Amino acid sequence: MKRRIYFYIGAPLISLVVFLFVFLKFGPLGLFQTTVVPLEDAFIQRVVFKPEQITVTVFNNGAEPVTIVQALINDAYWQFTMEPSRTLQPRERAVINMYYPWLSGDPQHISLLSRNGTTFDKEIEAAAITPQLQADYIQAFILLGLYVGVIPVLLGLMWLPLLKRLHEKWYGLLISLTVGLLIFLGVDALFEAFELIQEVPTALNGSGIFLIGFLLSILVLSAVSHKTEHLFDTDHEHTQALIWGYLIALGIGLHNLGEGLAIGSAYAIGAVALGSSLVIGFMLHNITEGIAIVAPLTKTIKNIRQDVHHVVLMGIIAGVPTIIGSLIGGFSYTTEFALLFLAIGAGAIFDVAFDIIHSIKKGSWLSLFKVTHVIGFLAGLFIMYLTGFFVTG
Amino acid sequence: MTKKLNIIILSTVILVILLVMLFLSKQTQVKRSVEESMGMGSMQSSVSKNKNPAQKAQEGFGPNGEVKTKQSINPTAFLSTWNFNNLPPQERKKYYKETKRSDGTALREYWIYAADQEIEIAPGVFYPAWTYNGQVPGPTIRATEGDLVRIYFTNRGTKAHTIHSHGFHKASMDGSMPEDFVYPGKTFTYEFTAEPFGLHLNHCHSSPVKQHIGKGLYGAYIVDPRKDTRPKASRELVMVMNGFDTNFDGENEVYAVNTEAFSYVKHPIKVKKGERVRIYLINTLESDPLNSFHLHGNFFDEYKTGTKQDPNAFTDIVSFVQGERSILDVQFKFPGQYMFHAHQSEFTEKGWMGLFEVEE
Repeated sequence: MKRRIYFYIGAPLISLVVFLFVFLKFGPLGLFQTTVVPLEDAFIQRVVFKPEQITVTVFNNGAEPVTIVQALINDAYWQFTMEPSRTLQPRERAVINMYYPWLSGDPQHISLLSRNGTTFDKEIEAAAITPQLQADYIQAFILLGLYVGVIPVLLGLMWLPLLKRLHEKWYGLLISLTVGLLIFLGVDALFEAFELIQEVPTALNGSGIFLIGFLLSILVLSAVSHKTEHLFDTDHEHTQALIWGYLIALGIGLHNLGEGLAIGSAYAIGAVALGSSLVIGFMLHNITEGIAIVAPLTKTIKNIRQDVHHVVLMGIIAGVPTIIGSLIGGFSYTTEFALLFLAIGAGAIFDVAFDIIHSIKKGSWLSLFKVTHVIGFLAGLFIMYLTGFFVTG
Repeated sequence: MTKKLNIIILSTVILVILLVMLFLSKQTQVKRSVEESMGMGSMQSSVSKNKNPAQKAQEGFGPNGEVKTKQSINPTAFLSTWNFNNLPPQERKKYYKETKRSDGTALREYWIYAADQEIEIAPGVFYPAWTYNGQVPGPTIRATEGDLVRIYFTNRGTKAHTIHSHGFHKASMDGSMPEDFVYPGKTFTYEFTAEPFGLHLNHCHSSPVKQHIGKGLYGAYIVDPRKDTRPKASRELVMVMNGFDTNFDGENEVYAVNTEAFSYVKHPIKVKKGERVRIYLINTLESDPLNSFHLHGNFFDEYKTGTKQDPNAFTDIVSFVQGERSILDVQFKFPGQYMFHAHQSEFTEKGWMGLFEVEE
């Protein structure tokens, strides 16, 4: 019996190996070979500006090796060194370093020539010193994360006493407001992720990364809430509310991690000047995240003081990832990871949003569409939309 | 108990955040002000310990590495090669034959073929060129006014090609109309009298012309005057200004004189102080409306198209559209190295520059 199982496992595998061998050795490979030189496909992933120096990370996105032989900066041939080698194997990365008298704030056009004269170009809109892993920049990025992520969320949490004093009738409004905020954030994260997919090397399959991240977070969170439903007394509404709070905080935290990555990297490559108005915009926008976290708690929480440590912890879970994100984004940004985090964040946000929707529903699905619910939901969308204006710095 | 604990936790967290913010913002302010006072990009004090990066950056201009493969032309030899005079007699006979005629003129016969050939146009950069006799620019044809020029042309390439020569000739010898196209494997014999005297060129005129010229099908065609009243030159140099659009986006990535970028920077052209150096300068550059030649530290006589024996100008810069050409006579005044380059700085820095090394 056992032997048979081995056979069932082995037979398809061995046949595959035999088939591949035959195919490579005798197969009609001529069919798949073309006389056309395969297109070289490399691209510049990251450009780092140091004083009188430019460092370029180049990635081979194609199926064939690419050899970089010359570099043009702003239409002039320039000498460079390349590590580890001038020839890049498929999916290999290399770092090009050159001394160049670049000007701060000026656009820089970098063009790498391959052996066949194919060019791989990158246009930098405004060159600026790239932050190095140094104490002062670490401080700057932590501050950035605090301002943009942690403080706004905590400020949002401070609405809890006020919200709690509202009549129980308004709970439906509040909870649907949260759903509105979450759906807006989730869609926002989705679109950011879709945009990033374009920038991820095709060899790394951005849509695959997105799908895995998105579904992974939904499935893991669903499994967790399924488990916790059994662990805790399901009738205990307060526990349920706390779990939601944590889940919302987690989803928003992941979203903020992605947002931090984007802000940090934009700041690092000089694509965005983080003026005070933009930071204030982010603060206003992200206060809504704090409201989203505490809204489910308003109904069941009896004594705010008793649960204040939960609330603070939720705020930290939601806000601190912004700091981590901006640090990572500032110093070593890769689009793959930003995409993964955004996808996970989007998944988490949608998961918890639908969890809440599911609980509001009493009986038929149509019962969801009470006037208070609809108003709350729409209000959530509008608040997000309007505070979003402050962020278009 | 828990109430108190919670209040303590809350106030501690807020206090810590405030302190961190206060500390960090002060630190950052100090750093920022230092940066500003130091000016652009000098915030990394560690770099200043390095060996002068500003100097490294200034001196970083130029191509990477050397041309390693055997070139279709030796740029230095090409300067003074015409009628295949760089080949040993036996080899030369395959491509060029000169026969005296009774009226004192000569019959000059050339065997030219078109062929696809990959050439190295800058260190490590290879271009799938279309060539005359495997080289870009094509072989220089040089005759004296009144000579009979006969070119036996074979197309060994993959597209229809022609040789369209500037100069007087009958319409049937023009090599430009659809009926003139010489298809792969076919031959054609061009015959015309070398006139007028001057500096001319030839190039493929098959369609699309931009492609056929851009890919490398062009060369110099010199007609010397039968009665030369100009001062005698002791050095003669053929310079064909060209460029290559390596990624076929309609803009040149490589500019040069005689094909190889920066070639005469790495191997300066050696001339003697005071000797009359005659430059046959032709512009075949595709994709850019204008090209130019500028010489440092010296001036030259310009004979436009070389068709008059008196100079038109005494200058240090000339500008040509595609196909335009001039003979330039220069006598270097001082020894040393003198740069020559296009006075479109972009072309210069993309390869079109060289050096004269003037010896005593």
